[in-house]
Amino acid sequence: MTQSPQRMPAEDPSVQPEDGFRLNMLQERFEADKQYQATADEMLEFYRQMLLIRRFEEKAGQLYGLGLIGGFCHLYIGQEAVAIGLQSALDSERDSVITGYRDHGHMLAYGIDPNVIMAELTGRQAGISKGKGGSMHMFSTEHKFYGGHGIVGAQVALGGGLALAHQYTGDGGLCLAYFGDGAANQGQVYETFNMAALWKLPIVFVVENNQYAMGTAVKRSSAETEFYRRGAAFRIPGMDVNGMDVLEVRQAAEIAFAHVRNGNGPVLMECNTYRYRGHSMSDPAKYRTREEVQDYREHKDPIEGLKRHLIEAGTTEDDLKGIDREIRSRIAEAADFAETSPEPDDAELYTDVLVGTY
Amino acid sequence: MPIELKMPALSPTMEEGTLARWLKQEGDEIAPGDVLAEIETDKATMEFEAIDEGVLSKIVIAEGSENVKVGTVIALLDGEDAESPAAMAIPDGARDRPKGPAAVAGERQDAGSVDPDDAVTPAASAASRRDPAIPADTPMKNTTVREALRDAMAEEMRRDERVFIMGEEVAQYQGAYKVTQGLLDEFGPKRVIDTPITEYGFAGVGTGAAMGGLRPIVEFMTFNFAMQAIDHIVNSAAKTNYMSGGQMRCPVVFRGPNGAASRVAAQHSQNFAPWYASVPGLIVIAPYDAADAKGLLKAAIRCEDPVVFLENELVYGRNFEVPDLDDHVLPIGKARVVREGADVTIISYSIGVGFALEAAEMLAQEGIDSEVIDLRTLRPLDKGAVLDSLKKTNRLVIAEEGWPTCSIASEVVTICMEEGFDHLDAPVLRVCNEDVPLPYAANLEKLALIDADRIADAVRRVCYRKA
Repeated sequence: MTQSPQRMPAEDPSVQPEDGFRLNMLQERFEADKQYQATADEMLEFYRQMLLIRRFEEKAGQLYGLGLIGGFCHLYIGQEAVAIGLQSALDSERDSVITGYRDHGHMLAYGIDPNVIMAELTGRQAGISKGKGGSMHMFSTEHKFYGGHGIVGAQVALGGGLALAHQYTGDGGLCLAYFGDGAANQGQVYETFNMAALWKLPIVFVVENNQYAMGTAVKRSSAETEFYRRGAAFRIPGMDVNGMDVLEVRQAAEIAFAHVRNGNGPVLMECNTYRYRGHSMSDPAKYRTREEVQDYREHKDPIEGLKRHLIEAGTTEDDLKGIDREIRSRIAEAADFAETSPEPDDAELYTDVLVGTY
Repeated sequence: MPIELKMPALSPTMEEGTLARWLKQEGDEIAPGDVLAEIETDKATMEFEAIDEGVLSKIVIAEGSENVKVGTVIALLDGEDAESPAAMAIPDGARDRPKGPAAVAGERQDAGSVDPDDAVTPAASAASRRDPAIPADTPMKNTTVREALRDAMAEEMRRDERVFIMGEEVAQYQGAYKVTQGLLDEFGPKRVIDTPITEYGFAGVGTGAAMGGLRPIVEFMTFNFAMQAIDHIVNSAAKTNYMSGGQMRCPVVFRGPNGAASRVAAQHSQNFAPWYASVPGLIVIAPYDAADAKGLLKAAIRCEDPVVFLENELVYGRNFEVPDLDDHVLPIGKARVVREGADVTIISYSIGVGFALEAAEMLAQEGIDSEVIDLRTLRPLDKGAVLDSLKKTNRLVIAEEGWPTCSIASEVVTICMEEGFDHLDAPVLRVCNEDVPLPYAANLEKLALIDADRIADAVRRVCYRKA
């Protein structure tokens, strides 16, 4: 345990050094060049990972329809570029990630075995939470992935705590805390912004703005719909990012992470994205038009977009078809595993309630 | 091989639906995302989207069909995809939802085959854990509860670099109730952190820091303000270990004064012990004297589980003897007999213990020999100590500075009924605050709160004695 040199929260808080804060200070740098210069291998890897999430989620939707997945199940289809663009830029040894209940994609982005994720969705012993968490409550402390939280906005304050732990131990890590446009109206988000900025915590707040909080469009719920501006009152620089473009998200991540790692405190990044499916599986989707959904699918799809880059760079359709086949078969295996694995033993009912014995 | 399209479950509870309309016809090319049909459930009309690519080769269920069971094949799709949903055909009886843990519990309880002891497994082993023996020649030091709590934190902060305290006014102000006095000087601002007035936020930050490997002590100026933060205590701290299948530890201590103070009226005068004690995944401690406060707070800070540590403002300034040991740590989950007696048992915790001891002295004058038990830990509750004493005295009263409804007192009555009935010579009585928000006026406040007289009256009643 080493002393953290940078944070002295009890020092006179009235002395705010002139820090040259401007809301757009990072955005300007980002605007200068939005495209991450990915190598061919990186691009292929992004493609593979996004496609893995897409196919995984499609399969989860099917299994839900078949009654093999119960309860709530929130799919990430359409938003893949956000998790992949950001998490590919993490230092996996040090950095932590926390998110809300739409968490399958963030787990897959770590390369966590799809079998144990799908088995959690079906509530089996082999699931990553032994079947006791389900779709919304999945964790991998091994990867410093801290969930998977079902209470809208709670993960933001918890993420602040993870960032505090990074700063306290001086491990050099940062926390990536995702939340949605819905959570962005929760009070604790702003309580956390305040503390994170006050203490210069190493945290990147990411608003995955998929345009709808359940069925409520951002315009119907939010006085300020440009979420990246919402840190201004706390002197947190904002970034406005096209969350449908993995190279743009990755570029934004590079800028934000560097800023945070240099001890400058938090960044608020808004990734504008879109979920193709309903809020959860039981969503009648009457709050938006089919044309709107189709427009995103046909013109802004993150996977199709990257595919164009790949083909320009010389990847062949056959190569991509091969990847698709390989992923479909991997997902089929995960579904099969999730379906055939045994349910938790009855005795699991009483395990993991407490760590200690009293 | 054609892909079988099955009637989907469009909500967690849907079992059947109406196939209202086909939007694609046999022979149509289908792309992923195309809406194939509209399906009506009891709640809404939903669109059924294609996931796979192919040609709709056959419509099996005609539009307008009602009561189509979930899982029924409604159409066939010829696709190029070798791996089809048919490959994951539902095993026999798979429409039965996988049995969740709750269903298991229900069945077992219906069958009456569960020993109630099993339901609270961690508590069962508590009986074997006693307070460590204090060597006979140990000097005792007269200490206030306030100092004992501070000493506990300081000792643990010296012992473990991961331990830190955060809360409102804990650092520069030296604590709103001076419990953290001197800690900033010794440990510095990195480990003694003044927070803004932002309970929900800093409770979440503290909980997250515990998840991230630290040992936070989160001070609430009073537990009344923790209501703004109760979501993190209950939903984030208490449940995560279980929901993660044992991966996610959350060793955080939430502490601060709880219960009625003096003349601060309803919003600042409430005992939250029963609220937290009802939550699986939490440890709840509410000590009375300084030695227990110190020994149990040290144990709480070392504990791997989240702890709610309830103090009492009116007790902070009271003096008690504390063993002058280098490391006075007490077991969590263990009650203490604070006064031995033969005729009747008075169970209490926190400030109620003081009233109970006072009542016992009064009753001794009348020839009633009371045993007073301080529960100290409310979850897991030391049932063994309650029942052992009941076995000895056959009469029991519970004294609780808090509301009666759904209280710790209610819980102790239940324990006596379920597991101590044969030892009861009189109904168990509870002495609690009046069932009203606490008033400000001095006379009304006094009327609303428990005191030694009321406890003594209840004891006389269970002993069938007149005052």
